[in-house]
Amino acid sequence: MKRRTLLAGAALALILATGAYAQDKTKVGFVFVGPVGDGGWTYEHNQGRLAVEEEFGDAVETVFVENVAEGPDSERVMTQMALDGADLIFTTSFGYMDPTINVAKKFPDVKFEHATGYKRADNVSTYSARFYEGRAIQGHIAGSMTESNIIGYIGSYPIPEVIRGINSAYIHAKKVNPDVQFKIVWAYTWFDPAKEADAARTLIDQGADVVLQHTDSTAPQAAAQEAGNVITFGQASDMAQYAPKPRVSSIIDDWAPYYIARTKAVMDGTWESTDTWDGIGAGMVAIGEITDAVPAEVKEEALALKDSIASGDYHPFTGPINKQDGSVWLAEGETADDGTLAGMNFYVEGIEGDIPQ
Amino acid sequence: MDLSAINPILFVAGFLVAATPLIFAATGELVVEKSGVLNLGVEGMMIIGAICGFAGAVETGSPLLGFAAAALGGALLSLLFAFLTQVTLANQVASGLALTLFGLGLSSLLGQPYVGVTPPRLPDVDLGLLADIPVVGPILFTHDIILYLGLVLVAAVWAVLKFTRAGLILRAVGESHDAAHALGYPVKRIRTLAIVFGGACAGIGGAYISLIRVPQWTEGMTAGIGWIALALVVFASWKPWRLLLGAYLFGGIDQLQLNLQGAGVAIPVEYLDMSPYVTTIVVLVILSRDKSAAPASLGRIFHASS
Repeated sequence: MKRRTLLAGAALALILATGAYAQDKTKVGFVFVGPVGDGGWTYEHNQGRLAVEEEFGDAVETVFVENVAEGPDSERVMTQMALDGADLIFTTSFGYMDPTINVAKKFPDVKFEHATGYKRADNVSTYSARFYEGRAIQGHIAGSMTESNIIGYIGSYPIPEVIRGINSAYIHAKKVNPDVQFKIVWAYTWFDPAKEADAARTLIDQGADVVLQHTDSTAPQAAAQEAGNVITFGQASDMAQYAPKPRVSSIIDDWAPYYIARTKAVMDGTWESTDTWDGIGAGMVAIGEITDAVPAEVKEEALALKDSIASGDYHPFTGPINKQDGSVWLAEGETADDGTLAGMNFYVEGIEGDIPQ
Repeated sequence: MDLSAINPILFVAGFLVAATPLIFAATGELVVEKSGVLNLGVEGMMIIGAICGFAGAVETGSPLLGFAAAALGGALLSLLFAFLTQVTLANQVASGLALTLFGLGLSSLLGQPYVGVTPPRLPDVDLGLLADIPVVGPILFTHDIILYLGLVLVAAVWAVLKFTRAGLILRAVGESHDAAHALGYPVKRIRTLAIVFGGACAGIGGAYISLIRVPQWTEGMTAGIGWIALALVVFASWKPWRLLLGAYLFGGIDQLQLNLQGAGVAIPVEYLDMSPYVTTIVVLVILSRDKSAAPASLGRIFHASS
């Protein structure tokens, strides 16, 4: 009896001790949709988590759960994290939107950050990156380097995010090469290496010597490497294993600065619900090294374009730009507003084909 | 629309490649099912084959040794299924599903060191003059040895099932295991051999994806091809040549879909995407008049005492 009391007392002391210990530390949770080893989307979010650990050292404790299915499963994971004492939870997939809101209601003292969603609450922020800024630079390199004037584009799903990327890449390819033509193939998947490789091969067979992609695997790079004289770009992650050719540059999601800033805000008590949509300027979108396969002057132009976007001097969607049907979208010098960009559901003038409905 | 953008030669060559993993996996499964066993673990055995083949090819530098490793990997995994269903008499459907889940998990574990590695390339067979024949040459005679092996496999399975004593015994076991047992045939041993053969074939099919069709290693890269292979066996009503035809149909429509999109054909993609399934249904309706279909003992557990 006595021994049991002693044990219970020790256990209680231990709980109190760890409780007090946990209070000193800010606990940050991450909910991931894929494995951290996917080499793309989730990999980059995990790099952000590691950066938070490095920045704050012992002052923070991070936890993550990977391969969490969107839907009820994610709600369970978030609830568990909140119960375990997380102060801040990042949920990193569009499908976690409603679960995040639901769990946030139950834990008003816990801060939530949802990536790529549009629903906010007092303790829920949203954040996403302006990938279209990076696609403008890819488009510039693609238009400059294509010899067949045919650029292939592997789309995932016909949603605004992807259409925005196609338009941005097309506008900037067209600027440097008026003869350029886009061939767009929809894969209807974010991740299916066999299908992505087939799509890339089809585009190459049909004359494309540049392949852009909005899907997550490196299969198009492998297909391009095999085909020989074709260039590609890394998507979401650097995909540098295919450099210097076929991968000549990449768009990289860099969540680290944002994750560090938001964690700091929680520590300082200055955290507020915000909606963040940052691009190259804020460092959320990074441009992977432009390799020597790109001619020096093209590389220089691309870097200049990157700098002007970063400084805010130039907006990738600056008029005059017409819609595909010829109607005026942006007048001379006018730039697109975020609302239109967020819901973009049309091609710009010059792109052939229809957006699947 | 610009149909001239589609190069028919490259298009046909493309779907021969797309169909090959299906041919291997489905032919293996056909033999398994002919012996009266339903193994739903094709996807799992394929993905294990994909990683074993990839690892084997990278480590030895020889793609052919990679394919051998893939066959071995698939066969080893299928032995687990054989143990569950033939020794412990577990339910075949549940064991097969478990095999798929196990294979997917194990393959991601084994694949950790191979992400981003480029495998050695299997050269195309040099058929000399044949490849120089216009049109037919580039379509038929400029592929790798494994693709031709797939065709040989279909022919061999057909011939063995139809003309040999071994094929007859296998079919007897699948049609009525009690009768076969009464005649003195070792039902379990025959079924185990069929399962192992099916596993080896599925493994080679998986390695064809990771070594030739894609070629790289990514987690979960078979992405449902094993399930299509299972459907293909039913689609072909357990006949090898129909299976070959079906594999080309499935591979071909997928390629056609991508090619038409690239050429800017204004058919909504959804129709193209569902076309393989619509075709399957239509063909199944037509084939359903053929009553020779499934082996009678398919999926039933055999125990000598019963």
